Amino acid sequence: MSAAKLVHGYEVVIGFETHTQLSTKSKIFSRASTAFGAEPNTQACAVDLALPGTLPVMNKGAVERAIELGLALGSHIAERSVFARKNYFYPDLPKGYQISQFEIPVVQGGEVSFFLGDEKKTVRLVRAHLEEDAGKSLHEDFIGQSGIDLNRAGTPLLEIVTEPDMRSSEEAVAYAKELHKIVTWIGICDGNMQEGSFRCDANVSVRKPGASLGTRREIKNLNSFKFMQQAIDYEVRWQIEQIEDGRAIQQATVLFNPDTGETRAMRTKEDAADYRYFPDPDLPPLVISREWVERVRSEMAELPRVMAQRFVSQYGLPEYDAMTLTQSKAMAAYFEETAKACGQAKLASNWIMGELSRRMNADDLGIDQLPVKAAQLGALIRRIADNTISNNAAKHVFDALWPLEMTTASGAPSMVDDLIDSMGLKQMNDAGALEVIIDEVLAANPKNVEEFKAGNTKALNGLVGPIMKASKGKANPAQVNALLLKKLG
Amino acid sequence: MTDLHNKSVAQLAAMLKNKEVSAVEVATRFLARMGGNPHNAFLDISSEVTLAQAQASDAKIAKGTAGPLEGVPIAHKDIFVTKDFATTAGSKILKDYRSPFDATVVSRLRDAGMVTLGKLNCDEFAMGSANENSAYGAVTNPWDTTRIPGGSSGGSAAAVAARLTPAVTGTDTGGSIRQPAAFCGITGIKPTYGRASRYGMVAFASSLDQAGPMARSAEDCALLLSAMCGPDLDRDSTSLNVANEDFSRTLTQALQGLRIGIPNEFFGEGLASDVRSAIDTALEQLQTLGATLVPIALPRTELSIPVYYIIAPAEASSNLSRFDGVKFGHRAKDFSDLAGMYEKTRSQAFGEEVKRRIMIGSYVLSHGYYDAYYLQAQKIRRMIADDFQQAFSQCDVIAGPVAPTTAWKLGDKSDDPLANYLADIFTLPASLAGLPGMSLPVGFGASGMPVGMQLIGNYLQEARLLNVAHQYQLHIGHHTQAPGGAA
Amino acid sequence: MSLTSHDIDRLAQLSRLQFEPAAAERLLGQLNGFFEIVEQMRAVDTTHVVPMAHPVDAMQGLTAAIFDADELGLTLRLREDVVSEPNQRDANQRSAPAVERGLFLVPKVIE
Repeated sequence: MSAAKLVHGYEVVIGFETHTQLSTKSKIFSRASTAFGAEPNTQACAVDLALPGTLPVMNKGAVERAIELGLALGSHIAERSVFARKNYFYPDLPKGYQISQFEIPVVQGGEVSFFLGDEKKTVRLVRAHLEEDAGKSLHEDFIGQSGIDLNRAGTPLLEIVTEPDMRSSEEAVAYAKELHKIVTWIGICDGNMQEGSFRCDANVSVRKPGASLGTRREIKNLNSFKFMQQAIDYEVRWQIEQIEDGRAIQQATVLFNPDTGETRAMRTKEDAADYRYFPDPDLPPLVISREWVERVRSEMAELPRVMAQRFVSQYGLPEYDAMTLTQSKAMAAYFEETAKACGQAKLASNWIMGELSRRMNADDLGIDQLPVKAAQLGALIRRIADNTISNNAAKHVFDALWPLEMTTASGAPSMVDDLIDSMGLKQMNDAGALEVIIDEVLAANPKNVEEFKAGNTKALNGLVGPIMKASKGKANPAQVNALLLKKLG
Repeated sequence: MTDLHNKSVAQLAAMLKNKEVSAVEVATRFLARMGGNPHNAFLDISSEVTLAQAQASDAKIAKGTAGPLEGVPIAHKDIFVTKDFATTAGSKILKDYRSPFDATVVSRLRDAGMVTLGKLNCDEFAMGSANENSAYGAVTNPWDTTRIPGGSSGGSAAAVAARLTPAVTGTDTGGSIRQPAAFCGITGIKPTYGRASRYGMVAFASSLDQAGPMARSAEDCALLLSAMCGPDLDRDSTSLNVANEDFSRTLTQALQGLRIGIPNEFFGEGLASDVRSAIDTALEQLQTLGATLVPIALPRTELSIPVYYIIAPAEASSNLSRFDGVKFGHRAKDFSDLAGMYEKTRSQAFGEEVKRRIMIGSYVLSHGYYDAYYLQAQKIRRMIADDFQQAFSQCDVIAGPVAPTTAWKLGDKSDDPLANYLADIFTLPASLAGLPGMSLPVGFGASGMPVGMQLIGNYLQEARLLNVAHQYQLHIGHHTQAPGGAA
Repeated sequence: MSLTSHDIDRLAQLSRLQFEPAAAERLLGQLNGFFEIVEQMRAVDTTHVVPMAHPVDAMQGLTAAIFDADELGLTLRLREDVVSEPNQRDANQRSAPAVERGLFLVPKVIE
């Protein structure tokens, strides 16, 4: 690991707990719907409301998604795991306890790797466990009161916990983005952060390098990558200020206020959080056979890290490219289709990571909304590779393809050739015609020729320019250089 | 039909089927006997609901689509939630609560055709051994109204003994069916844990609670148990996936060759001599019917008291957290903030015993105490279950007393929670192991109060227990005796 | 291991219960009396014993002979991911102490 980036001489230590809402149709312990946006308490059945006499019954879909996550992260999937009650009082927690997992979670270990700049980082997972989500409190419309909506109560969650492996807010955000990609890629979570499908708690502490871990504070419910970074940066600065002023950090749960940009300790919900965990007597242990795990594995789409490895071995791409191209299933598919169309994997990668991504971000388009289809890009790259056009000319064609309105012809690879012709971008590959131009330019610029022959290689540039101009930019630069050198000996 | 109230469930079912009497007539008769709520046995009565159910039963009998117990009345312990009657669980915190669904056990008995007479008084949240912990007043024992009926299913037992109903449901967590059955001179059975669905039973201690029937005879209990039990796979994850049985099928089996285990720990110094004498007589009678007695050991019998009173309160402290005044039930009026609302609501509306057990439960689960108390108790629980398996390698059923004494006077132990706990010593072990256990009347004690004998079977052996009890009851008629004035 | 009045305060807080001083005092006495009999339990040697959180644990002996463990229900049963609970808000809120526009009202929750 490279040297940690220090802030005012302090090392930053960050661990994440991410709550991902699973994409099941029904709740984890009841048969009510998990659909977002319903009228209050219309999706809270007797079990969700904790009416007297109700009991939990486990949703197979939630377990399956836990297995899928474990497979995606290379974790151990427990043969036997236990549900436990986490006891505390809060109006959005109908039973007065949350059914979660404590000593024996369903997913154990695993890791998430990603690039930060050009450095590869790996964050180790401690565990991921199944639990139920709480309801919501609404404060705005009521004076002195809160309105409780229990529609969300009972939605299945996977809580994904990391080791405190991260050393900067950038790394933390990169981790969160990678995890977000993985859970949406494998389809266990819709990733909609505004709707609360993916919520991160950041445990942040600071220490002098070499010292033992500092006291951490937990920033709760970060549901935007932008706020995540801001919040952590503020918290780090705050903690350092406290320490420098001689004050010890007290363990606390804090909330980030996006309007002020500050973190602030919450009012304590329960003293020192004694949750009195014990195995839930209403739920026998969850047993997951190895056969089930293998069945899930065989039915899963290729996992991102497996696909990235394949891109390295099959296409000879560098790891960085492979990881970038596998940021989403759609992008990976786009790359493969392009690469197959032109047979130039590295060039395809460069174009997608470069020009295409730039345009995508600038126009705020998803990869499935692009005017340039993979087959077209492939056709374009093929024309570079076979010397029909120069790289520069290709950029012009690309620009021309981009803002085109969608017509029935849109996406057709044949458009590439049509545009090359209509824009007159074909490179001059005819060596004979080129030689004629070169001879003319050489004759018109004897001084450059002399200087070059005298040893000044830079003099060549003075010749290339006029040659390109005379060819109206269509000369193949590589060919020009080769012929010049041949003629000048 | 003046003595309809003395008919058994089996007899009533036959009479109704043969149209000797209508369901409405039967219901009316029992509703009349319930007038004035003798013994404070009932907490909710509604003649409109009852008679409407009776009419529906009569219609089915006329159409020929009657269920096995069509038109036979039953009353439910107020631990079972019901749509058509209030459910309080004996607590102020659920005063006026109306459940939007019926407990599975209630639905199954209604499907069998039974007509609901009302909801029965019980100790608050089933916590108690005397029915003195109900927020709605104590229940009196029909044999002597200065005495307790037992608990927590005190209202259930008293109602059967007083012939206010031929059948009731009860629940048994640490003995709450067996002990009141014994104190009131009736028959009751707690099946194997997981046999009857817990869906719709207001939870006290989830790993111990079980529903069961109480009636005057084993034959009746067998009919009721058959209707009540069966897998509830969709709603109760602890429900055993065992095909439901006809528990009456082996009632008539002879007892030849039956080995009855007698635990020496059940017959120690604490056992009152009048109870011992009645049990001894009953055991002799079983021997004349062909059984042999085998001495066995259940060495951790006494430990079952602290083990149970750690595990049950621990689970209860968590189960009762949902009573917070937010979604249903009582909410205090005078509070200034959320914390105040919680504290006042729960403190005002929970009784003393409930609060005591919540405190014990929170303590044994708290950080730093969990291993020494809760975990230790669960370990000894397993040892107790293993002790039973060891015993069952030597015998077929285990017999002994239900309680160390007969029913005590109202008020005698109401200030002494510990004394109540200690009196549970014989019923707790089977609860902890999840084994089926039953109580049948075997005579009377010194003060003329009924004595019950307990039979404990191995897992899923309810039919065997009922068979032993039935054979005994064919020969000895204690179960037919009624308290003065009830017959 | 004796409880103190500090324990009573802490446990009451955890359980959202309030006790008048006299009641708290009485409770302390009762709990300490109870925990005296619990002491005999603590002294038992339970090394190597697996705790029994679910009674079905003890029924393992039934399997092999008669039933399959998973079918019997000794391990967690899983249901298909299907929505089958309709909206029953009115019935479910029938016994609610305070409801407005479908929301349960409580004193303001301050975070």
